[in-house]
Amino acid sequence: MRILEGQGVTKNFGGLAAVSHVDFHIDQGEIVGLIGPNGAGKTTLFNLTSGALPLSSGEITFKGQKLNGLKPHRVCKIGIGRTFQEIKIFGNMPVIQNVLVGAFFGSPNRISAADAAREASQALEFVGLSAMAGDSIQDLTLANQKRVEVARALATRPELLLLDELMAGLNPAEVSEAMELVTKIRDKGITIFMVEHVMKAIMGICERIMVLHHGEKIAEGTPREIAANKKVIEIYLGEETHAGS
Amino acid sequence: MIEALPRLIMTGIMDGSIYGLLAMGLTLQYGVCQVLNIAHGEFLMLAAMLTWTLSATFGISPLLAVAIIGPLLFAIGFLLQTTLFRFLKARMPSPPVFEGNALLVAFGLFYIISFVARINWGARDYVNTILTDRVSFLGTSFGLNQIIACVIAVAIGVAVYLFLSRTRPGRAIRATAEDPATAGLMGVNTNMILAFSFGLGALLAGIAGIMISWRNPISTYIGFNNTVIALVVVTLGGLGSVPGSFIAGILIGIISRLVSGFWEPLLIVPVYYAVLMVLLLVKPAGLLGKR
Amino acid sequence: MDITSFISTHRKLLALGFVLLILIFLATFPLYGNEYYINLLTTILMYTVLAVSWAMFSGATGYMSLATAAFFGIGIMATAFLEGTLPSPVIIVIGGLLSAALAFLIGLVTLRLKGIYFTIFTFGFVMFISQTAYYIDSHILGNAWGHELPLPDPGMLHYTMLGLVVVTLLAIYFIRRSRYGLVLLSIGGNEEAAEHMGINTTKMKVILFTISSAFMGAAGAIYAPALVHVEARIAFNVFNSFVPILMAIFGGMGQFYGPVIGAAVFGYLDRTLRVELAEYFMLVFGIMLVVVIMFLPNGITGLIQSLQKTRPIAKLLHRGKEEQHANT
Repeated sequence: MRILEGQGVTKNFGGLAAVSHVDFHIDQGEIVGLIGPNGAGKTTLFNLTSGALPLSSGEITFKGQKLNGLKPHRVCKIGIGRTFQEIKIFGNMPVIQNVLVGAFFGSPNRISAADAAREASQALEFVGLSAMAGDSIQDLTLANQKRVEVARALATRPELLLLDELMAGLNPAEVSEAMELVTKIRDKGITIFMVEHVMKAIMGICERIMVLHHGEKIAEGTPREIAANKKVIEIYLGEETHAGS
Repeated sequence: MIEALPRLIMTGIMDGSIYGLLAMGLTLQYGVCQVLNIAHGEFLMLAAMLTWTLSATFGISPLLAVAIIGPLLFAIGFLLQTTLFRFLKARMPSPPVFEGNALLVAFGLFYIISFVARINWGARDYVNTILTDRVSFLGTSFGLNQIIACVIAVAIGVAVYLFLSRTRPGRAIRATAEDPATAGLMGVNTNMILAFSFGLGALLAGIAGIMISWRNPISTYIGFNNTVIALVVVTLGGLGSVPGSFIAGILIGIISRLVSGFWEPLLIVPVYYAVLMVLLLVKPAGLLGKR
Repeated sequence: MDITSFISTHRKLLALGFVLLILIFLATFPLYGNEYYINLLTTILMYTVLAVSWAMFSGATGYMSLATAAFFGIGIMATAFLEGTLPSPVIIVIGGLLSAALAFLIGLVTLRLKGIYFTIFTFGFVMFISQTAYYIDSHILGNAWGHELPLPDPGMLHYTMLGLVVVTLLAIYFIRRSRYGLVLLSIGGNEEAAEHMGINTTKMKVILFTISSAFMGAAGAIYAPALVHVEARIAFNVFNSFVPILMAIFGGMGQFYGPVIGAAVFGYLDRTLRVELAEYFMLVFGIMLVVVIMFLPNGITGLIQSLQKTRPIAKLLHRGKEEQHANT
């Protein structure tokens, strides 16, 4: 079943097309990667999906529902969660409270404080950070802060999770752990759409990969197909690729 | 009633050119230095009062005063940025927090400057007007001081605009305003740019103040009202847009004359706010603002 | 059981006891205090409401409201107009509701935009409302010389203000502890992330800003008789937007009681310095705000908290806690 579908998705900033007539789809249960050089429009596509930016033209539907014009809090409540390229944790709260925000407000119905607390603990446990629940989030390593961001998104009970450069800034050991976490999330039944530069992760866990370049989708296929794709290789020549092994 | 229209509009343009100068200074300080200087009007007041002191104590003509007080105010602004705001910026964890706190520091400065001025000059009105001859054209008479002030204001406004858009230092300033990190990487001395811009902003406020003293009575109380006007103009023109502020200044000048001429002077600020509300509902970025 | 572990385990109870003591002191003061000190306390209580209400919204979300004086002034004007025609409690509620209505309007227009627009709008708003109110009062209603209010009974005034303080502090305490406290913090922490976690940030900002301003209006309505002569141009004074901010920042907004401390300190200074320096004491306050922001941005309570983490007493308290856990 197609859980997310985009048709002719376009976003213009002044005269510049950040995303240009992109058609894409994500099936339920997949882990789909989105790659491309810097400035290719990947995060913009995420922002269009999550409601952070309005579409210039085209359409994005989630489980058949049009996302056009929905504000981010509505998009969250209907089942799309996300993390951010520049990590957007709540620096003024302890770890558990960060996750608690997601638990409280991510569901479409009002939830009791007790239930929210339970959801938050579970989400935190799922990412393996229960021991740090009471710590100030500023004290955590970047890798762990990113895990909290994931836990916070998970606490909103998403069916689709948008991960924006989860691996950025992580060392190889942390990348492997993050890859495991992503697979674990999918095994729980959550579909994953991930922007990534770290090739090891993309090739390792994605079933399907889309490639954006200057806002256009230039290729799509399995990791092997993408790795062999001439156009893709060309645009990455000269780009620093994180082989990461 | 309608015969008054050309006169009101012309006078409004003359008032507005000064508002435009004042607002250009404020928008520069906010756009480049991220400081919403709510003490801006106090610089205007300081310049006006110093002009009086110069002419009363030293016999220096208020026209010449620009050459002395202008640089003085530039220096004050320059110093404030290099010391106070730069120090504050270094201690703040993020730009939004800096913006909030810088604004509050400016709020404190508002009280400091206005009360130091009040200690020195007291609370009374001072009259230091010059060039009070009337000149007629378009069927009405205007003060020579109004006309000259307007001409100078427009000239300075155009000069600042050209400086920012055509010269290298001007481009450096605009680059720093848009993306300080990248500008720094490209070799721009951002600290110098920030200090210069803040100084320039204070200079513009100062010139506006001096010119106001040519035409109106002044006191240590004139700062606050002018800050409110500057804020309205800057928002109307588009935060950070220098040409926008000048144009908006003219508009606000015209509006204020129309309101006081056809309706009621007391309701000038309420009308500004009505305009502001409509603007914020329709196009918050302002007349020449982006997006 | 030694004293340090006693303090740490019964911290909540001791704090409650302390608060109760202060409450009793404040409640009984009019019985034995002289009029000057009663008025001083009432002024401090009034500033407490303003500082705490301001901090609740602006301190938490980072949206800097400079309109406190406008809401306070509306309450004052409500009493000026309605004194004698309606019972006081009703006037107080009306003052609060009028302020809330105005805050709601401001919020609807500006809180969907970046914070700077909110701040700019609220700054000049005091002037806007001052001139509008003056125009209506003098030109339309014919009260060119303002209103004279009957002299208040200092004790009554004090109790009413104390009542408002209790209501305000309780309300804010429970909001902070509730999910809406979390909303406020998350908006202040990272508004875009908060929006993406399901929070309708605009709606929440408007509602919470409205609530905070209601208390300010009520405070104005209660305090008005202390001013005796009330007119629109005096009731709305930008200084009343400035001082609560100074108090909240000095006290520190991390803790709930921070602004209370700030209100006490600067309320006292306000009264005493005003006598010595007349209006020039505002210069001192201006200097203090600059100094506090530069060197004490987290306020007194923030300073104490960071000291607590390093001082030996803290280590002792910690060890006491650890021993207890080890023994269970």
